Amino acid sequence: MWRTTWRNLLAHKVRLLLSGLAIVLGVAFVGGTLIFTDTLSKTFNDLFTSTSADVNVARAAAFEQGLDGTGAGGATSYVPAGVVDEIADVEGVAAVEGYVQAEGVYILDRDGDVLDTGGAPGLGINWNTEPSVSPNTLVDGRAPEGPGEVAIDTNAAEETGYQIGDTIPLLTPGPRIEAELVGTFRFGDSGGLAGATLTAFDTGTAQELLTEPGQFSGIGVAAAAGVDDDELAARVAAAIGDDYDVKTAQEQADSLASDFGEALSFFNVFLLVFAGVALFVGGFIIVNTFSMLVAQRTRELALLRALGASRAQVTRSVLAEALAMGVVGSTVGLAAGYGIAAGLRALFGSFGLTLDGSLVFALDTVLWCYAIGIVVTVVAAYVPARRAARTPPVAAMRDDVVTSERGLRRRTVLGTVLTVLGAAALVGGTLTDDGGNAASLVGLGALLLILGATALSPVLARPFLRVVGGVLPRVWGTTGRLARENAVRNPRRTAATASALMIGLALVSAFSVIGASTNKSVDALITGSVRSQFVVSSAVGLPFSPDVAAAVSGTDGVEDVTQMRFGQVQLDGDTSFVTGIDPAGLGRSIDLTFVDGSAEGLSGDGLVVDEGTAESHGWSVGDPVQALSVDGRERELTVGGIFESNQVVGSTLVSLDTHAALGGTDQDRFLYVDLAGGTSPDEVRPALEEALAPYPVVDLKDQGEFRDEQKGQVDQLLLLINAMLVLSVIIAALGIVNTLAMSVIERTREIGLLRAVGLGRGQLRRMVRLEAVAISIYGAVLGLVLGTLFGVALSRALSEEGISELAVPVGRMAIFLLVAALIGVLAAVGPARRAAKLKVLDAIARA
Amino acid sequence: MSSSPHAATPEPAGEAPALPAARGRGLTKVFGEGDTRVVALDSIDVDFERGRFTAIMGPSGSGKSTLMHCMAGLDSVSEGSAFIGETDLSSLDDKKLTVLRRDQVGFVFQAFNLLPTLTALENITLPMDIAGRKPDQAWLDVVIDTVGLRPRLAHRPSELSGGQQQRVACARALAGRPEIVFADEPTGNLDSRSGADVLGFLRQSVHDMGQTVVMVTHDPLAAGYADRVLFLADGRIVDEMLAPTADRVLERMKAFDPETSAAGTH
Repeated sequence: MWRTTWRNLLAHKVRLLLSGLAIVLGVAFVGGTLIFTDTLSKTFNDLFTSTSADVNVARAAAFEQGLDGTGAGGATSYVPAGVVDEIADVEGVAAVEGYVQAEGVYILDRDGDVLDTGGAPGLGINWNTEPSVSPNTLVDGRAPEGPGEVAIDTNAAEETGYQIGDTIPLLTPGPRIEAELVGTFRFGDSGGLAGATLTAFDTGTAQELLTEPGQFSGIGVAAAAGVDDDELAARVAAAIGDDYDVKTAQEQADSLASDFGEALSFFNVFLLVFAGVALFVGGFIIVNTFSMLVAQRTRELALLRALGASRAQVTRSVLAEALAMGVVGSTVGLAAGYGIAAGLRALFGSFGLTLDGSLVFALDTVLWCYAIGIVVTVVAAYVPARRAARTPPVAAMRDDVVTSERGLRRRTVLGTVLTVLGAAALVGGTLTDDGGNAASLVGLGALLLILGATALSPVLARPFLRVVGGVLPRVWGTTGRLARENAVRNPRRTAATASALMIGLALVSAFSVIGASTNKSVDALITGSVRSQFVVSSAVGLPFSPDVAAAVSGTDGVEDVTQMRFGQVQLDGDTSFVTGIDPAGLGRSIDLTFVDGSAEGLSGDGLVVDEGTAESHGWSVGDPVQALSVDGRERELTVGGIFESNQVVGSTLVSLDTHAALGGTDQDRFLYVDLAGGTSPDEVRPALEEALAPYPVVDLKDQGEFRDEQKGQVDQLLLLINAMLVLSVIIAALGIVNTLAMSVIERTREIGLLRAVGLGRGQLRRMVRLEAVAISIYGAVLGLVLGTLFGVALSRALSEEGISELAVPVGRMAIFLLVAALIGVLAAVGPARRAAKLKVLDAIARA
Repeated sequence: MSSSPHAATPEPAGEAPALPAARGRGLTKVFGEGDTRVVALDSIDVDFERGRFTAIMGPSGSGKSTLMHCMAGLDSVSEGSAFIGETDLSSLDDKKLTVLRRDQVGFVFQAFNLLPTLTALENITLPMDIAGRKPDQAWLDVVIDTVGLRPRLAHRPSELSGGQQQRVACARALAGRPEIVFADEPTGNLDSRSGADVLGFLRQSVHDMGQTVVMVTHDPLAAGYADRVLFLADGRIVDEMLAPTADRVLERMKAFDPETSAAGTH
């Protein structure tokens, strides 16, 4: 029996290759995802562990602030230089040094552009002379000494091409400066900074620019030989009192790593979802392939049964084939996954997120890949294997290939139930108020509908192809009719083949609907609420110096500039993101619709929140709110207004003064520029651009450009998602190739007959091609319909989260349909050629 | 089965100088090379006259199927020329051969004559549909009525009996009024009654419609329906019998090779 299995595998190399490819692609995606995220985690872990001195001292935070450097951070609190001396006296301290570290220092390249960090922060630090407390190692040149000298990390030096001795321009949280590059250094062991750039000044200059004179961001302490970190931390804590947070290197790394771990795990899940889709789609193809393999071999398997092989033996034989394919496919897939991970790393590198060191190839990855690849293949092969075993021995004697055209009733019932449940969940989702629950309901509904449609699609295939496929005979005559009939003759196979494409296209079109709706909402939002003629900001919301605002307001024709800053405070015990904004700017630059109170409520110690926030806290106008800053300052605010949710400003607003009083940094994120009456934007623009020229971190945008920039981010995300989904579409295309190839083999005699009675090679190729197109259009239409439903439902479910408008990108959908048809044409190339190459006589002689 | 079915063969009067519907000159077909070299056809000269029903007989391996394939443009010859009408098949490329088969040749194979996805009527008109031509409705009606398939036209092959399927195949072969019809063991898979129906119909098409039919068979009974029987052995025409009867053919075959003739008697 084993020998038969083995012979079979070798006898069908092409088929093997095609179905193997489905496994390879699925596994490759899973493997690539795991390897890449492992590598990413390791980079960050290395970053954190090498960053920290043995013991780290910082000002105690009043509450957990989350990640620094994610654009959300705000309040800063310093450690005075005197503490360094206090710690130096503690027993067991080998070295101690204060460090300065702040965001907002950007290196400008030779063209005057900001070195792209891919959204990672541009960090400014002081140069620590004590190597045991510093994560940085000088590579070239020397340490910066005094104002006018800087050192930068080697990655940045490499990317900009700056040499030691060059004068390089820098943007700081304060002024734009120029400084001489005196050295380059490597960060940590590997130098990997995940895209962030480091600029080191001498301590005095760093404090001047980044903190305040005599103030450090924190203090690094090195333990003397034989002194335990925990022990030392305890002693330091005892010496300097409760105002400070003392952490060992391990604690520091752990807390940072867990913060980042959350962000990474989200990313991981995101990628794995796509891998899951790829495998799901791949599973279809494997089921399909094995069904066809078994159908073709019915006679052979029946002969085996007739010769005395038991059912179990036949099942085992087919499963063994699947197992072998699973093993080989997973192995190749794993290797391909390594390639995908390398590709992802290169892709991230090109965005500025440099991951150094080799890819992490964990044992877990290997095990998962094999487990998934083999399990999916074997499970997919099980049903056809069972069917094979049931082949009655008489089938061996029969001339026709037995195509079991079993009833579709069970499928119809199951599919209908799933579809109804899915539709109910979808509708429920759009009716639910709570955004999170609504999205989950829609997700559940989508899953059920996909399963329902998959179960129903053989039932739908016949009527669909009869009606829509009616075009084929009309346009292409007999060839068209033959193609259509071929597509409907085995609805299960057609449906399974089309389902793979259906899933991919359902997801692609759902995201297109969401993207289009989001873009339309962004348009409506900005048009509806931004009154300013110009917006100044960086594309990714990086913080920038208030000097920019000064430069803008000093420009002729500019009436007012509204600054917007972000920060984090605790309000009535809940950590909240707050937006600091100039009260005068509300109503002038940005228009909000107030439900209660007004924009005036922002002045003084006022707090203005959106409806959702007010509701969840139970606040109404006039209520007092206790605010607590990260550095422990308390303040009582009064709710002065409640407005309709608006993503331009965020959910919670305070005045710039309150923001500063609560420890917020003076770094702006957005500037809204109002022009004086009677001046046109075109007139003022050149002057504004000139004023902004020294600050390349920000761009000047009029309303239209601002909208486009915001929409561009949506589009970019959409592109990324679609790029991921391309994989499942490729797998689906392979499925079509597979189905057609098998069909051609199965129909050899028919093809011979057709050729004998006068069907030309070209016509034959067209017949195969049209069948492929019919199948792929069927899958695409199902997918587009489902996807549009999902997209609309999800958009509605998220209407509270800012997707206020609904848009279905019909043009884009039409393109998807065309692409699907093209996929059909391409998938048919090989099988059609193969069919056309059959020698008439050989084909007939099979009779 | 002693009645001789060919009794009333009308001679194609007044058409003596007319070109045969198909002819072969020096037809040679060699398969393989060296040790495995097999001469399937050994420089055969043959004429298939218009309006006649010719049966080709011979033991297995005699080359009878190869002769038919070469004459019908399904296979190429190693040497010599096969003509349909005035067309030398060896001068045609695949495209022209395809068109020739479609327009000038009708085929009836032993099995798998029909496309399972098409109805009987669609199968009958298939070659014309492929060509994008409208069938001659009057002629089509004649053909359909002759094979007696009118009530079955909307059925698919799977809903037809083996005999009905072969009659559909015959109707297809005739519907386009081809120059010549080639039938390869058309009754090989049928019971004797269905076989007799099909053979009777082929003979009728020759005598009533003036069709030219060439049939390969190993069944003396089937050969008895023909006007002429060619006997092949080892790639050569070794004998010819005009106005054959099943008994005479059987006798002749026995003389040939006892083994094969035994297989021919049902």
